[in-house]
Amino acid sequence: MKRVRFWGTRGSLPVALTAPAVREKVIAALRAADGRRFASDAEIGAYVDGLGMSVSGTYGGHSPCVEIETGGGEYVLCDLGSGVRPFGQKAIARHGPGSPQTYHVFMSHVHWDHIMGFPLFTPAYLRGNRIRIYGGHSVLEEALRRQHAAPSFPVEFSALSATIEFVRLEPRRCYDIAGLSVELMLQRHSGDSYGYRFSSDGKTLIYSTDSEHALSDLEETNSFVEFFRGADLVVFDAMYSLSDAISVKADWGHSSNIVGVELCQMAGARQLCLFHHEPVHGDAAIDRVLAETRRFEEITRGGRPPLLVTAAYDGMEIAL
Amino acid sequence: MEFSSRRLADVVVGVPAGPIDHENAQALQRALAPILNAPADGTTALLLDFEGVDYISSMGLRVLMVAAKQMRARSARIAVASLSPVVKEIFDIARFNHVTEVFPSVRAALEQMSAAALAAYEAAR
Repeated sequence: MKRVRFWGTRGSLPVALTAPAVREKVIAALRAADGRRFASDAEIGAYVDGLGMSVSGTYGGHSPCVEIETGGGEYVLCDLGSGVRPFGQKAIARHGPGSPQTYHVFMSHVHWDHIMGFPLFTPAYLRGNRIRIYGGHSVLEEALRRQHAAPSFPVEFSALSATIEFVRLEPRRCYDIAGLSVELMLQRHSGDSYGYRFSSDGKTLIYSTDSEHALSDLEETNSFVEFFRGADLVVFDAMYSLSDAISVKADWGHSSNIVGVELCQMAGARQLCLFHHEPVHGDAAIDRVLAETRRFEEITRGGRPPLLVTAAYDGMEIAL
Repeated sequence: MEFSSRRLADVVVGVPAGPIDHENAQALQRALAPILNAPADGTTALLLDFEGVDYISSMGLRVLMVAAKQMRARSARIAVASLSPVVKEIFDIARFNHVTEVFPSVRAALEQMSAAALAAYEAAR
């Protein structure tokens, strides 16, 4: 595995940056410049890059889709949220529409935010492409076919020209797919979800989204610690604060930044990437959660090596 | 983790000591059970003196959440006092300042919670 590229990082529902939010960012950038003059575009660029995500960028709004760059010739994705649309456009632009490709897609589950991008995934419409969709759910194929059916979408699934295959995987078995060692784990979520452990070239990636952790069950906690053991990167559902996740939003199937840090610390993971951001959170709110999570890691680190904490944004790349 | 408790008029003051981590969160839950499950006895509040607590994990916070729900079901209050700077930060990051009331000291808590308990506290000093 070479790197992970995020095409969609938002949970539940895609969001868009609004005009008032853009205006606030411009005002904040001008205020911070405080009359400063810039000698070149490069100088302006350096200034903008130093402003931080909440002023000069945005965490973005597509629902979950994560690409794993394996170094091989085939594409590997996790989930088919709305982020798969820009991924598909990029892949076609790279290879041209007449160059068949193979896409391996690992599904956490089939809730709408994780499948909604597939009807607009252009490679599915191109003959010669091969799309293999893997997951632990028996309803995987049914869920994807159903969202194409009238009256929800104008193009029937059967009209897609690519070769599309569905492959049912079982938890706790090890598979060799697209040059990756793949293992999945059942997670606590309405209708079930599955976390994935991908390994190759001595690197390990965990993709664990839409997963609630029952803090009363030490055995379950320990099984996640073993699943995360020694990972180079853990992409983790940190949608809610801990207090929300275990009170008003208990049983909603999501987790928190606090539990993400604790599991990674116990597992000896190297990097935690906060993922599946709450759609009501603006960039400043996610920035604040990231800063607090880094602080929590720092004050609870003890004698362990530091855990790097990042927050995923659309377009982010993490080298493994 | 060690735990002791005492009654001050209509307030029960619980005193956990040591880290409340994944290994011993259930010990705190067991220690709180007799207080939370006691028959109606005029208790208006549970105050936890955290002066001796140097760390609390998510499992420990969950125990407090369960206790808070049980106390509210009895129309009683729950509060923590004397948090160390680290534990105070953990409370803030976990947004637990919305779950229990937080006071700088036991005395400050009793001032807000019960005049009778405050008098008993002062008399015992």
